[in-house]
Amino acid sequence: MADTINLSRRGFIVGTGATGLTIGILAACSPGSEEAGTDTAANTEPNPEVNAWVHIAADDTVTIRIARSEMGQGTLTGLAQLVAEELQCDWDKVITEYPTPGENLARDRVWRSFSTGGSQGIRGSHDYVREGGAAARMMLIQAAANRWDVPVDECSAEKSVITHGPSGKTFTYGEVADEAAEVEAPTDVPLKDPSEWTIIGKPVKRLDTADKVTGKQIYGADFKLDGMVNAAVKQAPMRSGTLKSFDADAVSGMPGVKQVLKVDDSTVAVVADMWWQAKKAIDALPVEWEPGPDSGFSTAAFEADLDEGLTAEDAFIGNEAGDVDAAFENAAQVIEAQYNSPHQNHACMEPMNATAVWTEEKCEVWCPTQNGESALAAAAEAAGLPIEQCDVYKLLLGGGFGRRGMSDYVTQVVNIAKQMPGTPVKVLWTREEDMQHGFYHPITKARCQGALDADGNLTGLKIRISGQSIFAGLMPQALDNGKDFLVFQGLLPTGVNERYEDQSLKYTFPALKIDHAMRNPPVRPGFWRGVNANQNAIYLECFMDELALAAGKDPLEFRLAYLKDSPKLAAVLQAVADKAGWGSGGGKARGLCAYYSFGSYTAACAEVTVSEDNQLKIDRIVAATDPGYGVNPQQIDAQVSGSFVYGLSAMLHEEITFENGETVQKNFDTYNSMRIAEMPEVETILMPSGGFWGGVGEPTIAVTAPAVLNAIHAATGKRIRQLPLKDQSLRDA
Amino acid sequence: MDLKVNGKTVSVEADESTPLLWVLREHLGLTGAKYGCGIAQCGTCTIHIDGQAVRSCTYPIGALSGEEDITTIEGLSEDGSHPVQQAWVELDIPQCGYCQPGMIMAVAGMLNNTPDPSDEDIDAQVTNICRCGTFTRVREGIHLAKTKKA
Repeated sequence: MADTINLSRRGFIVGTGATGLTIGILAACSPGSEEAGTDTAANTEPNPEVNAWVHIAADDTVTIRIARSEMGQGTLTGLAQLVAEELQCDWDKVITEYPTPGENLARDRVWRSFSTGGSQGIRGSHDYVREGGAAARMMLIQAAANRWDVPVDECSAEKSVITHGPSGKTFTYGEVADEAAEVEAPTDVPLKDPSEWTIIGKPVKRLDTADKVTGKQIYGADFKLDGMVNAAVKQAPMRSGTLKSFDADAVSGMPGVKQVLKVDDSTVAVVADMWWQAKKAIDALPVEWEPGPDSGFSTAAFEADLDEGLTAEDAFIGNEAGDVDAAFENAAQVIEAQYNSPHQNHACMEPMNATAVWTEEKCEVWCPTQNGESALAAAAEAAGLPIEQCDVYKLLLGGGFGRRGMSDYVTQVVNIAKQMPGTPVKVLWTREEDMQHGFYHPITKARCQGALDADGNLTGLKIRISGQSIFAGLMPQALDNGKDFLVFQGLLPTGVNERYEDQSLKYTFPALKIDHAMRNPPVRPGFWRGVNANQNAIYLECFMDELALAAGKDPLEFRLAYLKDSPKLAAVLQAVADKAGWGSGGGKARGLCAYYSFGSYTAACAEVTVSEDNQLKIDRIVAATDPGYGVNPQQIDAQVSGSFVYGLSAMLHEEITFENGETVQKNFDTYNSMRIAEMPEVETILMPSGGFWGGVGEPTIAVTAPAVLNAIHAATGKRIRQLPLKDQSLRDA
Repeated sequence: MDLKVNGKTVSVEADESTPLLWVLREHLGLTGAKYGCGIAQCGTCTIHIDGQAVRSCTYPIGALSGEEDITTIEGLSEDGSHPVQQAWVELDIPQCGYCQPGMIMAVAGMLNNTPDPSDEDIDAQVTNICRCGTFTRVREGIHLAKTKKA
């Protein structure tokens, strides 16, 4: 018999005391809200699951298990569509829940990876989650056939109803679910041909909307356990600083304060009854920090290192073709330009937080995380307990964007909880902590050089990237002999390294050399939605614009000439050009960009107006995406449009700089994020050409900034090569 | 002190400097209004005081008389049927959703004053941050909400 999931810790009730309100908290992501004080997950004795992916209740409710994390990108709904498609269930009866990483471990990783990044949620698991749904359907049909004592091939299923063809008898899934759980799992599980899909490819509504518009959705920051205390933390503001001393007595008498604790070598916490009390106390806490070797770090000084890297000898090659030296020697015209991209913070709307209870026997953590398994490993390590005695309960994320793939806040809460055995404790960062202790988008510069012949053909292209490696700073084990190929996202050769095939360059140039001089500042880097494709697309696609204009050619035609080997990228580019009216004039300044990343083909055409007094208005962006298969078109539209906000915010406003080892920017007043007034009209074109599975959450960010920057040049004649735009004149003086 | 929250009078014991946001969240268990910045920049904490949108993270309860009608997302409607909520569901607007209670309260507050806002009104009055980037649908949702009845 299949295992069932123990739901006892996942659903529970807490009282808030003051007003007698009770809040039913479900980590399971039910489509509707629970009545206050009720909790079906905990109150219902569950019947056995059909298999790891599918549970069907007697009332026909279909619970689909989702291993990846929902952070707004819609993967919860998309993955449920994949399972439901093969399960042939009634979509209206579908709810979802998260298995825990502890359950995954105990069941030999039956749900495989929990990691939610790199736009991998669907493209990294579509085969085995669909097989999970198909296997469950086969077991349900077999159970019905057994009950009727008829051959299984006389039975079929549709919308959660199994029919015996010859007799017309029917069972609902719920009527045979218990027996289906006893059926041996099939080993040969054929999947539907895409032409047979009825749920995949449909713009179904998200499963997680209802509670998000009523305030009932509980995020980690809202989470509460009986008897819970709240912690506010302060971490050494300067890079590599450590905690020297703090005067607990100065604040221990403040209202609600329970403890003042050293959390780790660079972090102090105040624990209080309420978080606001803890926050007031930590603001008042006298703390002395010990500077470390990197505490003098400044971004301004680091510019020299980046500049040196632009011409240094110690670079390694990411992509090379043809005789690039000969191309430059024989060039009729050589064009050169230098671009840069600053550190950026994720700034998820929900600041970092986690809740934990630690005892000598057990450690449990409730948190928003993009990677339940690494959160569990971090919890166990900090807890000093065997991993089997720990678990992590995932909550929906108030934004992730890569930041919540890291588990620093999980380690932190366990370090606090360990000092208060048996007491539930929640740590919630202030926005200031979040800005100062991010895993920042890496800082780089690029030197781009192009060789044009007398006819304006591009005969050679060189791009030198100088700057920070995410792998080197975060996970050196991912480096290849000290080289970071992820630096070249979207610029790598095809057919060379399978690991990066989904990040390869789609242009074919006669001669090419793209290399990287690694220059790492003492700032921890991170995967930031879109990752290195964001700046690489600026480097390549703004420079392509420069080359086209230098060659006296139309930027669309110039690009298409080198896309003959990639009809798919050419097709999305042509589509945005056609829809935006490229070349039709009309007084519009337009800019183009095409880029391939995360396995998807994307392009954008932006239209901008720059007023005489230097005010930029981005009027419209037309964007096209070919992700192969498009699982939920309306969610893809939402992701494309949303990714533009992340990309445009970065382009317009966002920059983290360091002085004396400290971030200059500490909140949204100095690290601005775009508002609705700056939002262009967005038109998305979805062009799923089939036959492959590309990502959706990230790829279109990359085309945003280059398209707009190229349009600004079209409007003003000035080439912007430095981000962000804030404080820069868009016109030549 | 006594406060009128979502139509009920509640008694709260908290320092006068405590921001209304934290009284709502920690004393009253109303966690719909979120903490995002603490400096009235992002708007995730938006609630209504006498029908006007207010950023509660910097609003000390000492500034209240107790007579004001305070409305949070939990009290905007009994069953999620406020026109803005209807429009938000119909257009599937929330992504991560963390900013949406504040966004919805900001929009509902604007509609109280400006029942038929133009795009320029929206640009001027809805200044909440959404990092997922729901703005395209938010704008569409506002225009849809105008046409709906509670």
